[in-house]
Formats: sequence, structure tokens, C-alpha cells
Amino acid sequence: MTDTGIGAPVRRREDYRFLTGKGTYTDDINRPHQTHAYILRSPHAHAEIKGIKTDKAKKAPGVVAIFTGADMAADGVGGLPCGWLVHSKDGSPMVEPPHPPLVPDRVRHVGDQVAVVIAESLDQAREAAESIEVDYKPLPAIINTAQAAKSGSPQVWDQAKSNTCYDWHIGDKAATDAAFAGAAHVTKLDLINNRLVANAIEPRAAIGDYDTGTGHYTLYTTSQNPHVIRLLMGAFVLKLPEHKLRVVAPDVGGGFGSKIYHYAEEAIVTWASKKIGRPIKWTADRSEAFMSDAQGRDHVTHCELAMDKDGKFLGLRASTTANLGAYLSTFSTCVPTYLHGTLLAGVYTTPAIYCEVRAVFTNTVPVDAYRGAGRPEATYLLERIVDKAADEMKIDPAELRRKNFIPKDAFPYQTPVALQYDTGNYQATLDQALKMSDYAGFKARREEAKKRGMLRGIGIASYIEACGIAPSNVAGALGARAGLYEAAQVRVHPTGSISVFTGSHSHGQGHETSFAQVVSDRLGVPIENIDIVHGDTAKVLFGMGTYGSRSIAVGGTAIMKALDKVIAKGKKIAAHMLEAAEADIEFKDGKFQVAGTDKSKAFGEVAFAAYVPHHYPLDKVEPGMDETAFYDPLNFTFPSGTYVCEVEIDPDTGITRIVNFVAADDFGKIINPMIVEGQVHGGLVQGIGQALLESCIYDDKSGQLLTGSYTDYCMPRADDVPSFKVETSKEATPCTHNPLGVKGCGEAGAIGAPPAVINAIVDALSERGVTHIEMPATPERVWRAIHGTVARAAE
Amino acid sequence: MPSTVKMTVNGKSVSGQVEGRTLLVQFLRETLSLTGTHVGCDTSQCGACVVHVDGRSVKSCTMLAVQAEGAAVATIEGLAPAGGDLHPMQAAFREHHGLQCGFCTPGMVMSAVDLAKRNKSPSEQEVREWLEGNICRCTGYHNIVKAVMAGARAMATGKGGDDD
Ligand code: FES
Ligand code: FES
Repeated sequence: MTDTGIGAPVRRREDYRFLTGKGTYTDDINRPHQTHAYILRSPHAHAEIKGIKTDKAKKAPGVVAIFTGADMAADGVGGLPCGWLVHSKDGSPMVEPPHPPLVPDRVRHVGDQVAVVIAESLDQAREAAESIEVDYKPLPAIINTAQAAKSGSPQVWDQAKSNTCYDWHIGDKAATDAAFAGAAHVTKLDLINNRLVANAIEPRAAIGDYDTGTGHYTLYTTSQNPHVIRLLMGAFVLKLPEHKLRVVAPDVGGGFGSKIYHYAEEAIVTWASKKIGRPIKWTADRSEAFMSDAQGRDHVTHCELAMDKDGKFLGLRASTTANLGAYLSTFSTCVPTYLHGTLLAGVYTTPAIYCEVRAVFTNTVPVDAYRGAGRPEATYLLERIVDKAADEMKIDPAELRRKNFIPKDAFPYQTPVALQYDTGNYQATLDQALKMSDYAGFKARREEAKKRGMLRGIGIASYIEACGIAPSNVAGALGARAGLYEAAQVRVHPTGSISVFTGSHSHGQGHETSFAQVVSDRLGVPIENIDIVHGDTAKVLFGMGTYGSRSIAVGGTAIMKALDKVIAKGKKIAAHMLEAAEADIEFKDGKFQVAGTDKSKAFGEVAFAAYVPHHYPLDKVEPGMDETAFYDPLNFTFPSGTYVCEVEIDPDTGITRIVNFVAADDFGKIINPMIVEGQVHGGLVQGIGQALLESCIYDDKSGQLLTGSYTDYCMPRADDVPSFKVETSKEATPCTHNPLGVKGCGEAGAIGAPPAVINAIVDALSERGVTHIEMPATPERVWRAIHGTVARAAE
Repeated sequence: MPSTVKMTVNGKSVSGQVEGRTLLVQFLRETLSLTGTHVGCDTSQCGACVVHVDGRSVKSCTMLAVQAEGAAVATIEGLAPAGGDLHPMQAAFREHHGLQCGFCTPGMVMSAVDLAKRNKSPSEQEVREWLEGNICRCTGYHNIVKAVMAGARAMATGKGGDDD
């Protein structure tokens, strides 16, 4: 390992610009002669639009133009597409309602886009919007996930009976029923996975810039995947060919899923820029973000676990209602299905599993993937019911897990819910986490806490996730409407420096460092001579973007494939230069060497020869050194691990304090351990936020968003969370099907933390007869749970 | 009615036309093109906009530009010489991986510098409490806390630049 190669904790190369205020985020960009857009949004959760009067507003100072849904429809603008087609149990396709960027006739959630005002300044646009008269006829709204499909509930879409988008299932129902029939014990649990808001600190923004001279469009946007936006907006919404449309996602201030999707505002500013012949900038304020960024989670689940008398798992059943909000966001439909139902084997040998998911429309902001996406929901369900089963069976929760783990010699392991795990060692991370947390010493700590009047609890979660999304043929067979490969280009310049173009966008993950480490390691070129380029469709050949912990596993492998091509070409050139047979050339430590001799050419010399081909095998190989590769993964990757959380609860106030939190993760091979740990920390706090603090709440009747700002939506702050002990597995199992052996690490923390925290709280409260508590376990909820069954029942 | 406002920003005197309602952060970002100061919320909660006004950290979204008349304002751009070595607090953030997407970072660093001036060797708990008004969604705070403690020590041992 060199100090900039694979495995080194290289300090990040992107940090200098961020630390000195020189980052370039979308809102930092200004185009000459730029105008500003303000989006008029619905104040109602559900209402018919009887008419929109804009005459007065159009005359307001500074106004350049006002457009409504009717204007966009008249121009043939299409709706925002959904990228994944899910079929119901009966084989029928999901209900796919239209999703126009500006709504012409009926608003379906608070914040729905009704009109855009474009003016010389944002203040002028906002003021003018106040004089637009929209004649709304309010309609009853449906908000509640569990109620949505019930008869008599208000209907969001006429074509979606019982507000149902699809009624899907996976697994063998008959086998699962049989397993339950033969069970010695069945544990049952009802739980809610609370709705969350991703809340990247950079609000979304978009600048549409139509060039009247060339007819080219440029969109600057806060996106995790600019090529996907170009594809979706170009092909489906605005019907623009790719060569006329450039999408730039410059520095992006966090995404966590919420910046994957194609949003209405992107289409609006791009389209309207041509209409007015000037650039248009739109930047969300935080209140707008709360009512327009796709939200996360929101599942209501009943599950059951069947066991034999020794606690061996025989079968698992889960029935979930998933809230998709008012419209289908880009990847919304695959989240509760293929990213959730397929994960229900977890790390266990459960032989029979059956899961059904009803996805419902409600008058709320659309729900889509948020850090973890489906996998946190599956893991929460599973790790909660395993703990409840342990309690009922009077088996130690660590023991019950160990008893049911897939053994480390059982790989590849085919689960009953479609996935095939390539490799893993769950015992190792469990043992490691138990040791790190001094699990054995917990009883004494509990006793000590008791003396101080505190309730102390410990909770375990052993998670697995399917990352490195995804083999295109598998995804396609399951309904994906896009491929899920990644693209890379390695351009070696004449003097040996290198530009690497990748479709994996970086918005906090540190690709500019870790990807450069991969290249430095493979080519033996100093890291200073390597530049990682991403985020611009005019520079990067193609890309499917960053989500599902796929960047290093899929994007990194694409880079490796391109590097292989560079080396193969270099060998041909070197063979000629060294007057040796190509087969005798080996590439090592940055040198092309004739095997068994000291004759060699440095990488830079070969690169130079490729561009100054005076003595060059022109009959065999073209000049230049610039190679591209597309990589489509052979399988998902399967990071796994165990988290242990220890809490202390003050029974008088219900306040929970996390006193210890340890994480032992198996991410396979690690490129940059410092970055990996940072990813885990961030995920853990998002998971702890879900468990203790965060919840997106609408008024059940009016559909008004009650948590529409940081004053009401409780974001984790520095003094809410502890420092962590984070380690990677001492017996890590490298991924078997990518050349780097990597699995991905971005989502693990958000997946494993919520059940670890809730298990710890339930453990602490178990002596008061509590067997479950919903997230977020706020002091009020905890206090009510402690103070008797009456309060609990009233909840 | 637009009026003229004058102040020093990062040691240079500047002036510009502002509306009565123009926020200091807007003046910095839009009039002076100092886009290192960020806006992450509209309720004065996130701290992405923290700058120093007369040596103290202030959320520049809570202050009108006209209120900064005559003041000495320091932004993230002024902490280290352009293109030069990082200020010890910035260096500590880099060394301890106290930033990911970088969006909260300017506000975090400016807050941290103010803390370090008041408290040469803050404890973990003191750092966490001080940063209560700065939200980071990426890092989970763990490494920010480490960075701030190390940055404060580095500033105290004399390597600390004076930003205001
Ligand atoms: S922008 Fe100033 S506190 Fe959020
Ligand atoms: S580094 Fe992204 S918000 Fe803090």
C-alpha cells in the first residue's frame, strides 16, 4: 500500500475548495442577463382549480413572464416519468397517474406547483405571485397511510381505486403458511416506519439557460445524477434530443436520495428559458424544500415470525402499506417492493418468507428513496421482531441471532426472496460489536444505573443491505425502465497526467479522492497527477449516478475496466519501444517491463509516445491514450454488520441518552478508511434521528404540513448525538464479483441504527412491561410508555 | 428605498446599494459575490450562513445589511490567504475529515473559530453545545467535534491566524 493507494486514509482533495468558500454550488452560479423564478404552490392538500387569473400579476414591477400548466400543456410538455413499473399480485400494472410539472386542474398536496412567475429579481417574482388569483375548490384529503385504502376514504386519483397504486407480493405463501402451521411459537408485531425528510443542507436549485444562438439548452441543477435528468427530462418531459441538452450538477450539498429524482422545477426553468430567451434561476427556500423534495419511508407493517421450540426461524410474514404520496416520484415504486421485500431474509436462514405490499396514494408530498431506501424499513421490521421473539422465547438476543445466522461457509447463499448473497460473515461482526460494546459487562452497568434511578438498555441490530445497484438484466426483469451500469473514461494526457471522467456524481462521498486512489494504485501515477471529473453531461460520456451505495462498486469498477484497456494499449506501445513481444510485457509499479529483464519504460514515457508517435506501432495501434468502459454489475453487493446501542432513560422526563454506540461493518475491501468511517458516522446520525427525533407530520384532516421548517422538524444537532466507535470487520469478506472486492458503505448507518436504538429503548423499558415503542421515541412517547398501560393505550 | 451601505469585509472597505430588507447574507452573496457563505434555511436554524461581525459569529441571515453599516465582517473567504495555506481551524477540518458535502462547512468553521477564541481547549461537550446552532446532515458531527477540538488547540499554540 502506498500512502495514496488503495487502503490509505488519504486526506480529501476536494476539501480545500470547500474549506475556503470556493465550492461552486448551483445557487453560486449566475448567468448573464439572468432572471429569477418563484413557484406558486398550492396551500391546499387537495383542491380543484376552477381558474387562475394572472393579468394583474403580469403587470407587477419586474415581471418578465408568468406560466401555468395550461401553457406547458399547449407546448406539448409531458409529465415527469416514473422509472420503475411494478405489477400487482394479479399481474396488472401499477396505476400510473400523470405528473405534469405545473398542475392545470387539481392540486394534490400542499406545495403542488401551480404557476411560475419569472421576474428581474426574486423579490419581484415573489411579490407578483401574491396577486395571482387561483380559484380553488377544496376537496377532502386523505393523509393517513393505514386509512388510505379503506372504503370511504377520499380518492386522490379517480383511476386508483382504494387509492391503491399496486398490491404486490414476493415469496412462497403456501410454504410460509405451512411453516407457521408447524411452529412452536409465533411472534407478532405491528410497527410504523416514520416518514422522514432528507434535508440535505443545500436546498434544491436549478438554472435553465437556453442559447438562442445555437439552440442548445443548459440546465444547472442540484442532482446526484445529471445524465439521468438529461434522459428523463429530455426524452419524456421536454422532448429534447441529448445533443441539444447539457445538464450540469456542480458541487452538490448532500443528497441522501432526495436529489436523484427529476423534479418539476428543472423542467420548468429549462422550458421557460427558451420561452423568454433568458436564463432563469430558481432556488428553493427551506420551507419549499419541505413541501417539494421527495420524502422517505412511511410504512405501516404487520409482521410475524414463526419459530421452532429452540428459536430456530421457520417462517416470516410481513404485510406492509407503503405511502407513495400524491404522485409517483422517479424511483418511488421500487422502494417498498424490490428494495424492501427482497431484504427480508436479512442475515438469517429463514426458509420461508412471504411479503405483501400495498402502495397507496395520499395527499402528501411524493415519497421516494431516502438513504437506505426500503432496506432500512426491512431491517427495522426484521431486527425489531427478532428482538421481540428473543424476549418472548427468553433467549439472549445475541444468541438468537447467532443461532439463525447464515453460516459463513454457506455462501453463495440463495434466499427465498430472490437475492443471492455472494459472501458474508455475520458471526464475525456480531462478535466484534459485542466485544467493542462490552456486552458481557452490561448487567453491571444496568445495576449501577438503577442506583442512580436511571433505566439502562442495550440493543443489537444485525443488518444486511443489497447495494451496488444493479445488474441491468435483473432490474429490467423486475420492472426497471433504465439500465443500472456505470460509465468511465480514463484520458491519459501526453505528459502522463490523467483525467478520469465518471458517471458517479460526488456530493459529499469524496470520489475525487477515493477514485483517484484507485487510479494511482493501479497505474502507479502520483495522485496529484490525477483529476476526477464528474457532474457535467458535456464532459462525462454517460452515467447512471450516485445512489444505493453503488459508486465504488459500480463506478469504481467501470474505472478499473477502463484502466485495464489503458494498460493493454500501453503494453502494445511498450513492446514496440522495447523491441519485445507484447506477451512478455508486464505492468507493475508504474512501469512496463520486459518480464525477467530490467528493460522497462515508465508509464509517462509510454503515454508520451502515444501522443508523439515517432517510433510507434502505427500499423497495430492508434495514437493517443483515452479509453472508455461501461460496467454492468454481475450481482448486487451485500454489506453487512452489527450495531450495538446502549441507552439511559430518565423515567421522570422520558429523555433517552445514547451512552454508547458501536458499529462493526463488513464492507469488503476498503479504499479509504477515513472516508468510510465518515460515511458510517453520517448514516448513524440519520438513523438515530429517525429513531429519536425526526418525523414528518401532516394534519390528518387538513393535510397541512405541520413540520415544515427546522423549527418543527427535529434535525439531529451536535448535542443530540454521541461520538461513535466504528470499526470495519476484522474478518471482512471481499465482494466476489468486482475486481476491487468492494461492497459500498454509504447507507449502512441509516439502515442499522434505528432498530439498534429502539431495541435498546425497549430493553430499558422492558421491566415496565413495554414490548414496543414507535419511532421517533420522543421523551413524551417514552414517558407515556413508562407511565402505564392506560397512557399507552391512549396513544 | 435603496440606500448605500459601507462596511469592511475581509479587511477591504466595500459599499453597495441595498434595500432596507436586504439581509447581510444576500449582500455578501449577491452584491459582493462572496458565495462561500451559504443559505440552508429560512428560520435561522442551520448556521450555514455564519460569518463574523466585529469579531463575533453571527448568522448572516438574521441580520440586515444596513445593520452591518460600519462593521468589520469576516467571511470564510478571508480566513486564509487566497490559494495559500489553510487557517488552523480549516486545516483541522481537513485533517479530521470534518466535512463531506461542504455545504455546512463555512458556517461550521466560522462558528468554531469564534469558539476557539473564547475557549482555548473546549471539551467534547462544550463543542457539541456550541455547535447546537449549526446543522450538518452529512458527517454525524463525530469528526466535526474532533476537528474543532484539534483546531482550537492549534490556534491556542500560536499557529492561529487572526481572521478579523
Ligand atoms: S441560513 Fe442562516 S441559519 Fe440557516
Ligand atoms: S458536510 Fe454536508 S451538511 Fe455538513
